[in-house]
Amino acid sequence: MERIQDHPILGRKTLREPISFIFNGKPMAGYRGEPIAAALLAAGVRTLRKHEESGNSRGLYCAIGHCMECRLSVKGKGIVRSCLTPLEDGMKVFEGQQLPNEITGRLLP
Amino acid sequence: MKSKRQQSDLIIVGAGPAGLAAAAAAAENGLSVTIIDEFPEPGGRMLGQFHEERGHWWVGKRIADELIEKNRAQGVLIRCGVSVYGMLKVDDMWEVSTSHGTMLAPRVLLATGAAEIPMPANGWTLPGVMSIGAAQVMTNVHYVKPGKRGIIVGVNVLAMAIARELSVSGVSLASIVLPPSGPFAGKAALPKENLQLLMSLSHLAPSPILRFGGKIANALGLAGIVSSLFPRSGIKLWDIPLKLRTKVVSINGTDRVESVTLADVNGQGEIIAGSEREEAVDFVALAGGLYPLAELASIAGCPFIYTPELGGHLPLHSERMKTPVEGLYVAGNITGVESALVAMAQGQLAATSICSDAGIFGHNGESKVAAAIEEVHRVRASALIQFHPGIPEARRKIYRMWQETFGAGV
Repeated sequence: MERIQDHPILGRKTLREPISFIFNGKPMAGYRGEPIAAALLAAGVRTLRKHEESGNSRGLYCAIGHCMECRLSVKGKGIVRSCLTPLEDGMKVFEGQQLPNEITGRLLP
Repeated sequence: MKSKRQQSDLIIVGAGPAGLAAAAAAAENGLSVTIIDEFPEPGGRMLGQFHEERGHWWVGKRIADELIEKNRAQGVLIRCGVSVYGMLKVDDMWEVSTSHGTMLAPRVLLATGAAEIPMPANGWTLPGVMSIGAAQVMTNVHYVKPGKRGIIVGVNVLAMAIARELSVSGVSLASIVLPPSGPFAGKAALPKENLQLLMSLSHLAPSPILRFGGKIANALGLAGIVSSLFPRSGIKLWDIPLKLRTKVVSINGTDRVESVTLADVNGQGEIIAGSEREEAVDFVALAGGLYPLAELASIAGCPFIYTPELGGHLPLHSERMKTPVEGLYVAGNITGVESALVAMAQGQLAATSICSDAGIFGHNGESKVAAAIEEVHRVRASALIQFHPGIPEARRKIYRMWQETFGAGV
C-alpha cells in the first residue's frame, strides 16, 4: 500500500532510516523502528499468518496490540505482535503457520 | 524475563494523555515516576488524532510532544515497548510484572485508555478488515495507507472523526454504511437510532461533528427525524457518502478483501429484497465504538461497575480518581470514554490526589484536590467531542455510589 511521505496535517517523519528484512524468505524494504506490520502493509502484504487450525489467511485487526490477530514469528524472538514489534535491519520474519491438529482431529472445511 | 527490580514512588501504566499529564504533575511535586507503555513510542492515541476546530487544526501529536518534553525535563522515566501483565500488592508495595522485569512502587496509576469494541460481520476475518482505529494508526502514526479504497462500517463519533482524518490524509473511502444487524450491532444497525445520534451531536458547535450534523439537519429540513426521509444515496460528508439506509451484508474475498455486499434497508433496519449489490473495496474499517481497557484494574482486585454512558464496565473510583484498592488510582478513558483533553485533566487530578495522599501538600491537599476536580468539570463542560450524551450525569451516579459505599470524602 502507498506510503504517505508528506502528511498534509502532520508533515514529514524525521530521520527515517531505510533498512531491509526478510519475509518468508523474500527480501523486503522498510524503515528501522516502524512496526513489522506497517512495513509489510506498505509492501502490499496483507496476510500475516495462517489460522492455526483452519489455515485461513489472517491480517492485522486493531494495530495497537489488543487483539493479537497480527501475530507472526521473528527469528530469535519467537511469536510476536507485529503491530508493536519494531523492525530491525536484517530481521527474519515468517508468517504464522497452520498447526497440525492430530490431537483434536477436528475436520474443518 | 530479566529479574531486575526497579522502584519508584509512582508507576503509571499508559503513556497517553492521562498518563503523561499525571506523570508531569506528580514529578513536578517531587515524586519519582515511571511510565510504562507497550506501544513503541509515548503519546497514546493522541499520536494519530487531529481535527479542525474554529478554523485551525487541533493536532494531538503536538500536545503529546509538549507533554513528553515536560516529562523528560522533570526526569520522568518513560519505558516504551514494555507490557504489563500482572500486579500484586505485597505489604505496602505494588509488584508490577512486565515483559522487562518486575517494577515496584507504593502507588500505581492505571491510565490504560480504551479499546475498540469488536464488530463481527460475515467475512470479517479476511485480511484487509480492520478496526477503524487501526486504519487511523496505520495512516496517521505509521504513514501507510490501509488500502487503495475502503468502506467504513458503523456510524458513531469515533467513525466520523476518523473518516474525516482519513479523507484529509488522502485515503479513498467509498462510503460510511450501517453494520449488519444481529446480536452484536444491536441498535447500531438501525437507521433511525443512528440519525438521532447524529442529530444529538449537531449542537456541539464548532466541532467537526457540527458540519455533518448541520448538513443532516439541512438535508431533512426541520420536518423531523424520520429515517425514511434520509436520501437513499446518502449525503456527503467531506466527499464521503454517509449512507444511513444501507448496510453491509458480507465482506467478500478469498485471501483478502475484494468487495463488500451492500443492501438497502427500511426504517426498521430490514433488508429490502433485491437491493443487494457488490462494491469493490480492498479494505474495510469496522467502527464498533470504544470501551474502557481495564483488565489490570481487575487483576489488582478492583470492583467494577457497569455504566453504558461511559463505555461499559469500568473500575469503581471516586471523583478524586481513587479506587477502593489501597494505592491504586485510575485516570483517562479507563474511567469512561471521553476526549483527550478530559483525560489530561483527569491525569492532573489523579496526580494531585496521589501527592495529597502521599502527604506532599500538608494541609493544602484537600483544597488542591478540589481545584483539580473543578478543572475536570470545566474541561468536560467545554469539550467539543462528546462520545456519549449523558456523561456528566453518569459520572455523578458513580461518585454518589462511591460515597454511599465508602462514606463521604474518601
